[in-house]
Amino acid sequence: MPVDSVFETTIEHVSILDEHANFDASLGDGLIPDDDLVAMYRHMRMCRQFDYIAFKLQRSGRMGTYPENRGQECPSLGAAYALTDLDWLVPCYRENAGLFWRGLPPEKILLHWMGDERGNCIDPKLRITPIAIPIGTQMLHATGLAWASKYKGDGGIACTFFGDGATSEGDFHEAMNFAANLDLPVVFMCQNNSWAISVPTRIQCSAPTLAQRGIAYGMKTVQCDGNDLFAVVKVVRDAAKLAREENRPTFIEAVTYRLGDHTTADDARRYRDAEEVEKWEGRDPMIRLKAYMIAKGIWDDARDAAINEQVEHEVAQITARAENIEPPTKDDIFEYMYAELPENLRRQRDTMRTSSIGQNPAQIADTTPLAQHS
Amino acid sequence: MANLTLVQAINLALVQEMERDDRIIILGEDIGVNGGVFRVTEGLHAKFGGDRVVDSPLAESGIIGTSIGMAIAGLRPVPEIQFEGFLGPAYDQLCTHAARIRTRTRGGMTCPLTVRVPVGGGIHAPELHSDSPETIYTHNAGIKVVMPSTPYDAKGLLISALRDPDPVIFFEPKRIYRAFREEVPEAEYTVPLGEARVVREGSEMTMVSWGASMVQCMNAMEASDRDIELIDVRTINPLDYDTIMTSVRKTGRCVVVHEAPLTCGIGAEIAARVMEQCFLHLEAPVQRVAGFDTIMPYYKLELDYLPDAERVGKAIEELAAY
Repeated sequence: MPVDSVFETTIEHVSILDEHANFDASLGDGLIPDDDLVAMYRHMRMCRQFDYIAFKLQRSGRMGTYPENRGQECPSLGAAYALTDLDWLVPCYRENAGLFWRGLPPEKILLHWMGDERGNCIDPKLRITPIAIPIGTQMLHATGLAWASKYKGDGGIACTFFGDGATSEGDFHEAMNFAANLDLPVVFMCQNNSWAISVPTRIQCSAPTLAQRGIAYGMKTVQCDGNDLFAVVKVVRDAAKLAREENRPTFIEAVTYRLGDHTTADDARRYRDAEEVEKWEGRDPMIRLKAYMIAKGIWDDARDAAINEQVEHEVAQITARAENIEPPTKDDIFEYMYAELPENLRRQRDTMRTSSIGQNPAQIADTTPLAQHS
Repeated sequence: MANLTLVQAINLALVQEMERDDRIIILGEDIGVNGGVFRVTEGLHAKFGGDRVVDSPLAESGIIGTSIGMAIAGLRPVPEIQFEGFLGPAYDQLCTHAARIRTRTRGGMTCPLTVRVPVGGGIHAPELHSDSPETIYTHNAGIKVVMPSTPYDAKGLLISALRDPDPVIFFEPKRIYRAFREEVPEAEYTVPLGEARVVREGSEMTMVSWGASMVQCMNAMEASDRDIELIDVRTINPLDYDTIMTSVRKTGRCVVVHEAPLTCGIGAEIAARVMEQCFLHLEAPVQRVAGFDTIMPYYKLELDYLPDAERVGKAIEELAAY
């Protein structure tokens, strides 16, 4: 008996606009209209400014810990652009560009990092779930959201975002397995940014690509240049088509890079080389997009310079909206725990500033025991 | 009106609510074609089809995590976790997500799901099939915790849980799944969450329990001459403390009985609150009869671990004699 190969596959890598401004016209022509390209470039510039100001807010004590998005704007922006408003966006916490593109008011993200739950109160019409702090858990919610869309036949799918580190989590496996085996329309967007805080991707996965993880689930899987807006738009469109038409999930590994620290509480110089960061700065998604637009004659340096003032003004207004919101009331600690406030929580709420909880007889309904006992 | 077991009452509630509300999807391991390992979901797959009664992959976190997504999208998922010992892998999704969604979005999103879980010991089951983890999910705010002790209450409480706008863990005491029958109306009715039931009125002491331990309490009462007021809390979160306090102010004595371990069990919380709110009425310290602070033993010793009528009877006498 010969030893046969029972399964063989290849992993496709999609690149359309690379860091040397090479453009694959066979894949890229007609993919994104010029006006949209200009709008998305402008949007990325706003997100960079937002990131810069958010960092400064933290450093000046006006905001808590914040995770910079710089350098990996493309996967979420390209996905939000390629999807429809019926489709759920299920982020982790480095997807500002895509969420803002969909319509999330940017001050919501600032409020979240300012320690205010109102940052997570999102208009349900936007079909965005709030920032997910634990790693990988939100992938299951996306799978359930896609399941609901399929059950209701509302035409939507779900796209969830996570990093290379999340692919080590059990929930990653369970979400991929449910989506594949129950035929659910999910797009799994893995933003491989090389680092999970200080741990390199090699510690999360010893295979040559993360993309091949998808193969084991029997789902479509593809790798793309995650700093290439064109490539991201193409692979997400393909994935969305497959999800919509055949209820099949896709796993996308978008190769990108976290140019900043993990968060403002991190110092990436402790664990990675300056040369590596420098190399990736040359692959910045925004720089190559700008060069492409100028070469194509739809953009110029004068317009580029004019953007600065616009985005500075825009982000200043966003910041003002976040900082000027009225303070939350202390009652908010209790008000949203359940649809109806249970009696024991009502008591805790009503006595939180007047006594230690529940031990003051004056706050208990029956205050007549002494008389009974005398 | 039919004479039903607890299992049949739960099945009836599921059927009636699924007929009434097509947002309900039930999912879990072996709950479809096989009807569940305890046959609680028997017949549902044939009646409602594979889109609404879903045999899921074997993954508890996945079952709860996908249910959360469905609930956010407006469905009413009813996941089953096959045994309480396997709630552990789902703990993260339950407590770091389901429990928090309403408050962390300031009401922007809700998570109406009902997790059905067989619970407790006494059926000679293998390891990790006999625990009582209700305290854990009560200590984590944001999840309602329910445990019926009769077929009538099981149907009414489950219907309330299925219609509740917040996540509920519905613990089903497997020791009494088929232990006795009771008249259960075919007609629609609900038993509200968060309301205890005074099973029998009495004047000498208040006995508080829930789930399968209620049977042990009733057996102990029958063997005792004391005039005992028995309360089935039925819902552990939110717990109806007022009914307990009203009773203790009348009787001056209180004993709490539960299968879960003694330390930090719900009995400890009830005792603390009775002390806070009924201190000057008390004739004796609050007594607790509970599982030991050990790992639940394998089944050769499980009846020595579980509070039984004999231990409850000792507590009654100790409390009366104080």
